[in-house]
Amino acid sequence: MSTLVLLLVTGVGLGALYFLVASGLSLIYGLMGVLNFAHGSFLTLGAYAGWEVSRRMSDGSWLSLVLSLVVGAAVGALVAIATELLLIRRLYERHVEQVLVTVGLALATVALFDGIWGTDAVYVSGPAWLDETSGVLGAQIPHDRFLLIGVAVAVLLGIVAFLRFTRFGLVIRAGVENRSMVTALGIDVRMAFTVVFAIGGAAAGIGGVLASQYFGYVSPQLGASLLIFAFIVTVIGGLGSLLGAAIASLAVAVLQQLANFYASGTGDLVVVLLLAAVLLVRPSGLMGARA
Amino acid sequence: MSTTEPGATHAHARPTGGEDVVLSATGLGLRIGGATIIDDVSLAVPRGELLGVIGPNGAGKTTLFNLLSGVARPTAGRVHLAGRDVTSSSVDARARAGLGRTFQTSNLFVGLTVRENVRLAAQAARGGAVSLLRFPRRQDAATVDALARLEQVGLAHHAETLAGGLSHGDKRKLEIAMLLAAGPEVILLDEPMAGVGSADVPGLVEVIRSLQREHGATVLLVEHHMDVVLDLSDRLAVMHHGSLLACADPETVMADPTVQSAYLGESA
Repeated sequence: MSTLVLLLVTGVGLGALYFLVASGLSLIYGLMGVLNFAHGSFLTLGAYAGWEVSRRMSDGSWLSLVLSLVVGAAVGALVAIATELLLIRRLYERHVEQVLVTVGLALATVALFDGIWGTDAVYVSGPAWLDETSGVLGAQIPHDRFLLIGVAVAVLLGIVAFLRFTRFGLVIRAGVENRSMVTALGIDVRMAFTVVFAIGGAAAGIGGVLASQYFGYVSPQLGASLLIFAFIVTVIGGLGSLLGAAIASLAVAVLQQLANFYASGTGDLVVVLLLAAVLLVRPSGLMGARA
Repeated sequence: MSTTEPGATHAHARPTGGEDVVLSATGLGLRIGGATIIDDVSLAVPRGELLGVIGPNGAGKTTLFNLLSGVARPTAGRVHLAGRDVTSSSVDARARAGLGRTFQTSNLFVGLTVRENVRLAAQAARGGAVSLLRFPRRQDAATVDALARLEQVGLAHHAETLAGGLSHGDKRKLEIAMLLAAGPEVILLDEPMAGVGSADVPGLVEVIRSLQREHGATVLLVEHHMDVVLDLSDRLAVMHHGSLLACADPETVMADPTVQSAYLGESA
C-alpha cells in the first residue's frame, strides 16, 4: 500500500512537470497551429536561469527558490516572445517551415547551452525541507512532490482564470476555436499569439526550475527529455485543450510510474502504447476538437 | 463586365465614386492558375442600400464576398471602403474600417456562451480586445451592449447557453447579433437562410431588415431564397460565370431577358 501511494504521488508530481510544459504546447498549437519543438529549450533556459539565481544566493532559502521561479518564468517568457516575434511570426500557416525552424532552434540552443554551461550536469539544491519526507498513508513522500503539485495547480488555476475572466482571455479562447472568425471581427490576433507564447514560455521556465529541484540537476538535455512526454501528453489530452493536457499529464505520469515499478521498467513503452491506443480510438485526443 | 449605376441593368461605366458610395469594386478579378474565377466585376453600393447578390451555384457570389472582405486577394482591380482603398488591407483591418460579414456555414465560437460570442464582437468594436489584464465587469458597456443585441434578435434567454447547443436558426441569429454588436457600416451576409427552418425565416428576415432600416447599415445579401431576396433588396446584382451580368432594381432585373436566359432559365 505504501509503495502504491508513493508511486501515485510521485506520478502526480511528474505529471505536474509534464503539464507545465504541455500547457504551453497545447495553447500554442490550439491558437496558432504551431508545433513548437523549441519549447524544451525554454524549459532548459528557465532551469539554468533559476540555477544561476540560487547559486549566487547560495543559501538554500525559500526566498532563493521563489526568486529562481520568478526569474525562470521571466526568462522563459522573454525567450518565447523573442522566438515568436523573430521566427514564428514570419511562418504562420507554413507548417513545414515551422517544424524545421523550431527543430533547428532546439538543436542550436542545446549546443549554445553546452557552450555556456558545459555538457556536464550542474547540481541544484533548494530549501532543506524539500529533501525531507512526510508520511502519507504509510508512505514516506519526498516534499519536492508537494512543491511540484502545488505550483502546477497554481499555474493551472492562474491560466484558467486569465482565460476565463479577462478580455484578452476571451480573445484567446475564441482564437483557439476559430482564428479566422476572430480576425473577421476586426481583432488583430498577432498580439494574442505573442501573449500565448509568453504564457507557454513562462510555464516552461517554471517547469524548468521545478524539474531541476525534482531531478537535482540541470543539463542541456533537460528540456528535450521532458518535451517528448509533453508532446505525448498534449496529443493524448487533445491539441488545444488545457484541461485535456492536465488530465493526460496525470494519466501518463502515473501510468509511467506504475509500469516502471510493476512491469519491469516498461513505463516509456506503456506510454507510447497508450498514445497509439488513443490515436486509434479517438484521434482528436481526450478533449480536443480536432486532430 | 461592369455594372454600377442604380437603375441601369447593363451599365458598363465605372463607379462614379460619389459621396454616398460606401463600398465599391472596380474591375475586380481573380485568376487561379489558368482559371478565371471572377472577371472584371465593378460595383458601387450606395450608403444604406440593401443589395441582393444572386446567381447559380458556382457563379462566384461567395468568392466576390471573399474579395470584398479580404479573405481572398484579387489578381486585378481595386476595392474601396468609405472612400479608402482597402485592396491590400487584411481581413481584420477591413473589419476595423467598418466591414462585417457572415459566412455560408455558421462561423461561431461554439465552445463559448452566446453572451461571450456577442461580447467578443462588442469589445472588438470598442478596441479593448488587447487590453491584457482588463477584466470585463458585469455591467461594462460591451456586456450591456451584448445583452441588448441578444434581446434584439430574440436570444436573450439563451445568453448563458453554449453557442454549439443552439439550433441552426438561432445560430444564424447569433451571427447577426454579433454583427450588430460589432456595428459595421457595411455587412456582407452570405446565405443567412441556409439551413434555417421555414418557421424561423420570417423572424430572420425582420432582423436583416432592421440592420438596414434601424441601424442604417449597408447590406450585401447572397441568398438562394428568391422570395426573401426580392422582399428585402433595393437592387439586385446577378452573377454568372464569375461576371456581373446585371445590376438594377429587382423588377428590372427579373424582366431582363438576358438574366432570364442566363440565370433564371438555368437550374440553380
